[in-house]
Amino acid sequence: MSVKTLEIDGKAIAIEEGATILQAAKENGISIPTLCHLDGVSDVGACRLCLVEMEGSNKLLPACVTEVAEGMILHTKTPKLQNYQRMTVELLFAEGNHVCAVCVANGNCELQDMAITVGMDHSRFPYRFPDRPVDVSHEQFGIDHNRCILCTRCVRVCDEIEGAHVWDIAQRGEHCFIVSGLHQPWGEVDACTSCGKCVDACPTGAIFRKGSTTGEKERDRAKLEFLVTAREKRQWTR
Amino acid sequence: MDKIRFATVWLAGCSGCHMSFLDLDEWLIDLAQQVDVVFSPVGSDIKDYPENVDVCLVEGGVANEDNLELLLKVRKHTKTLISFGDCAVTANVPAMRNMLGGAEEVLKRSYLELAEYTPQLPHEPGIVPELLEQVVPVHQVVPVEIYMPGCPPPADRIRATLEPLLRGEMPVMEGRDMIKFG
Repeated sequence: MSVKTLEIDGKAIAIEEGATILQAAKENGISIPTLCHLDGVSDVGACRLCLVEMEGSNKLLPACVTEVAEGMILHTKTPKLQNYQRMTVELLFAEGNHVCAVCVANGNCELQDMAITVGMDHSRFPYRFPDRPVDVSHEQFGIDHNRCILCTRCVRVCDEIEGAHVWDIAQRGEHCFIVSGLHQPWGEVDACTSCGKCVDACPTGAIFRKGSTTGEKERDRAKLEFLVTAREKRQWTR
Repeated sequence: MDKIRFATVWLAGCSGCHMSFLDLDEWLIDLAQQVDVVFSPVGSDIKDYPENVDVCLVEGGVANEDNLELLLKVRKHTKTLISFGDCAVTANVPAMRNMLGGAEEVLKRSYLELAEYTPQLPHEPGIVPELLEQVVPVHQVVPVEIYMPGCPPPADRIRATLEPLLRGEMPVMEGRDMIKFG
């Protein structure tokens, strides 16, 4: 396998061909903010938080789905990118109904943490207050579409790790939502194995265990990591 | 130097931010020595918002005509307006009524559909303030100098915001301790 050499934030990096910019950055201790990326499943470039600048191009590149190329000179922390990152998080907050105070994931939420990371002390965009449903038809779990940021981690984890493909995206643009089965109530979807991987994958409080109240959501990300390591490296110890 | 003229107001909020302010405990005594409390539902008995206020903590979103009137007055007479807590910064829980639609839908839902006895819409001009169509954050109505999120902001965060102001400096609103929502 051939090796590509490139530069990220002034640091010379060598990495195997086919790796993404995000992998290259991570392996070299350079942090790039992400929300839709989840180790072990495919990347889709949905959240746009991992955008980086490349010298010689005025197009911003999503680090999670862009492969490294020979001689790339990349910047991840320019004021322009930092401004976009904060705007992206503000837009996520303004787009849905994210009321941290009454959310199961309060204190354990990747969106809430990202707001701190990008320095968001308020949203400059007016809140939309969309009318969105909550589906608690499943015996063990619920999905609150108000808190969903459409990262599609649940879709990918259910399809790629569990192999059940309960979730998908319905509609387009502002009408997009996570749909279960053939647009059925979650509880009526036979394909669901009730494994709970979507709960563990969800970055916010959108998918949760029933009975958990404000600030009580805990996710076992280690379970997902274990399964991925087991499959990819044949290591079955936790 | 004259003492800082300090005020607090609460609009559409639960008063939890003010309770958190009272959680400052003995530091309130230090604060009282450094400021003149010129208006506050928990710190003075003055009924009208005065002129020439240096710093004001504004709790709550803007939900009705009274909130709006007071906020406009506060803005007009205040140098440093602090959007105090999640309701002021995001409209938060009070704004969950916005998902129902406008004021009429909200009143019908609350006072007619859910009423068990004598369902009627409240309408007492001059006594019961009329609801605005939507509950909005403070900065959507007037400019804001400092945003202090939190539901409520912990007492330490309130202190860390006010202390630099007492020295004539602006606080740095960064990091989990200062800007975590919820």
